[in-house]
Amino acid sequence: MKKLSARRRHPLAALVVLIFALAATGGLWAALAPTSSASADASQSLQVEEGKRLFQVGCASCHGLNGEGTNLGPSLVGVGSAAVDFQVGTGRMPAQQPGAQVPSKKVIYNQAQIDQMAAYVATLGSGPVIPTQDQYSGGNVASGGELFRTNCAQCHNFAGAGGALSEGKYAPSLAGVSAKHIYEAMLTGPQNMPSFPNSTMPEQQKKDIIAYVQHATNSDANPSYGGMTLGAIGPVSEGLFGWIFALGALIGTAIWIAARTPKAKKS
Amino acid sequence: MSTHAYDDSHEEQIGHSEAGVEQKHLGEKTADWADGRLGIYSLAKANLRKIFPDHWSFMLGEICLYSFIIIILTGVYLTLFFQPSMGEVIYHGSYTPLQGIKMSEAYESALNISFDVRGGLLIRQIHHWAAIVFVAAMLVHMMRVFFTGAFRKPREINWLFGFLLLFLGMFDGFMGYSLPDDLLSGTGIRFMEGAILSVPLVGTYLQMFLYGGQFPGNDIIPRFFTIHVLLIPGIMLGLLVAHLILVFYHKHTQFAGPGRTEKNVVGMPLMPVYMAKAGGFFFLVFGVIAFVSAIASVNPIWAYGPYRPDQVSTDAQPDWYMGFSEGLIRIMPGWEIRAWGHTLELGVFIPLVVFGLMFVVIAIYPFLEGWITGDKREHHILDRPRNAPVRTGLGVAWIAEYLILLVGGGNDLFATHLHMSIDAITWTCRILFFVGPVVAFMVTKRWCMGLQRKDKDKILHGRETGTIKRLPHGEFIEVHAQLPQEELFRLTAHEQQAPAQLPPAVDENGVKRKVGAVAKLRAKLSAGYFGPQSQIAKPTAEEHAEITAGHGHH
Repeated sequence: MKKLSARRRHPLAALVVLIFALAATGGLWAALAPTSSASADASQSLQVEEGKRLFQVGCASCHGLNGEGTNLGPSLVGVGSAAVDFQVGTGRMPAQQPGAQVPSKKVIYNQAQIDQMAAYVATLGSGPVIPTQDQYSGGNVASGGELFRTNCAQCHNFAGAGGALSEGKYAPSLAGVSAKHIYEAMLTGPQNMPSFPNSTMPEQQKKDIIAYVQHATNSDANPSYGGMTLGAIGPVSEGLFGWIFALGALIGTAIWIAARTPKAKKS
Repeated sequence: MSTHAYDDSHEEQIGHSEAGVEQKHLGEKTADWADGRLGIYSLAKANLRKIFPDHWSFMLGEICLYSFIIIILTGVYLTLFFQPSMGEVIYHGSYTPLQGIKMSEAYESALNISFDVRGGLLIRQIHHWAAIVFVAAMLVHMMRVFFTGAFRKPREINWLFGFLLLFLGMFDGFMGYSLPDDLLSGTGIRFMEGAILSVPLVGTYLQMFLYGGQFPGNDIIPRFFTIHVLLIPGIMLGLLVAHLILVFYHKHTQFAGPGRTEKNVVGMPLMPVYMAKAGGFFFLVFGVIAFVSAIASVNPIWAYGPYRPDQVSTDAQPDWYMGFSEGLIRIMPGWEIRAWGHTLELGVFIPLVVFGLMFVVIAIYPFLEGWITGDKREHHILDRPRNAPVRTGLGVAWIAEYLILLVGGGNDLFATHLHMSIDAITWTCRILFFVGPVVAFMVTKRWCMGLQRKDKDKILHGRETGTIKRLPHGEFIEVHAQLPQEELFRLTAHEQQAPAQLPPAVDENGVKRKVGAVAKLRAKLSAGYFGPQSQIAKPTAEEHAEITAGHGHH
């Protein structure tokens, strides 16, 4: 012991201690680390763990450290992974500021991180689950149009161009929204939208509506047969266009013609 | 001039005929033949040299006329393919996104016109854009007539004809876009049903009579079709002809100017100048409307889908000319009185009454003004709007009200596109509904007064030349140049009426005179029209002579 003590100020002593410490932690890891046979559960819990970490950094200030909700943000118990995937995946969350409605903006998490947060929030209480591709593809456009006009067009307009709601709230335009996110929105009813669970709107109907929305808002699949759509917002923009451009051009023409008259020569 | 051109054009047919040789060519013979049966020579003599004054604003009515002709031409084409029937069919046409959907025959045929009939969509869009332009042009034409006082004697009846054309044009347009039976048009028909039902006592009976039963029933589209293509256009055509005959009979009005009096018209003759201008203008109007129809979509019925009473889309607004009625409904609080088992739906009925009033004031204004001014003379020289500040103010107040209601009718689109709260817009419109026209009237009137003062200043002191001169004692002045004589005439040609005076309070025998409330009101209104707060006394020749004599630097 004395020998050891004598060398404790040797220039290489720190290095030796470091090597010992590394060997010890490495050995302990090898001995105690979970085996790969239990990996499914473990990677799940790791994902939850990671999700929780992300949640506590990015979401907890409004939703509470355990997603229990505060006066700034609602409780996330039971909203399910689909809600997280929609809100964060469309850039609505994390919110920029409180207001009538949280707008869609740039997405700041990647899909892996979104999945981790979704996994964490799903552990808070069971809720709607992120759909798989076969749940939202392969619908019928025609019957989807009928369903859309019955259930969605009151707020989102016949062409999915969006519309106003009370007190500054609004139904956003559906152009460019992915099929998965449309499905999740119908399932979870984000912000002011009512939710359409499978008990009231079966999965096939959701597929049809998604097919219609993707058709109606895609100008390649559904060109504007009559020319410029003028926003596809009905007669208001048509009237404005008619007054300004059609009548404007005609009055301009009238002024032009009236100016082309052989006037009596001034003496 | 015209006969000369006539000879030139037929030179080749005549060949080298010698002068003095009696040889009539074909055109002359045809004309003689027609004259013998129709008396066209005297007609032509009376009308071909009809003089029309030149001003761009006098061509606004032509835009109305030509767009009406375009509407009739395209409308006839559309009737060849349209099925005005509410019978139910399953769609199997070429627009695949509606394959297998149940719809009415009317909607199916409208889809077929859009997708399967050659040129159908273009003709449909020309028809619709022309309708939008038609009503817009009528309103602008009416503004011109109003603000220049062209509705005064002897033209009050023609004003009424024009008013009826506007009113009927609006409703014919409404019925037209209701016919395709798409989701939007059905919503409009439903709206109209609500308005009819809100009428106390007779509302339900009227609704049952018009719709042939409960909404939607099977009758409304065929009935609208008959009204839209036959009844209203027939009446409008009659009114239009009467309107034009009266324009010929009264002769056209003109702005004041040298040589222009209440007894003459200075301008160009109908033949050939106005024939060429008007003919060319028709094709230009057709061209502009066809161009707009080719580049811009209007009423994309396929996107709306077929009408079903359980469906509705947001942005369900009428075409612009019905937009102010939508605004009235949207800004009106949903008041309702329930008593003795009946409901009085004030939230709809009051807007319906105001809708009517907004039209009634247009129709009666010429008679109202005539009564206030007591002016029984004919007027063929137009007023400049600034010289009739009260009239101009009232017109602008009406337009302001109309625009406020249009904003109210599109409140949701203003909310989404300007990122505002729809409730804030609605409340703003509610307040402006009462305040806006008053403010518009006051601002316009003061503006007119300012312009009158400016005119007076220009007459007396000439126009600013922009040349700055330094006087020997160091003062800088701007050199003013006298206006030319014709400009002086133009600015002072209007007459200024004195307000109506009430008779003296006591008659010659010292007995107190009885003055009715109506006479008092009239005197008060007359003072409002012609009192010192609504007209600046125009300079007299003496004033002008005095101020221009001697000191030229003014």
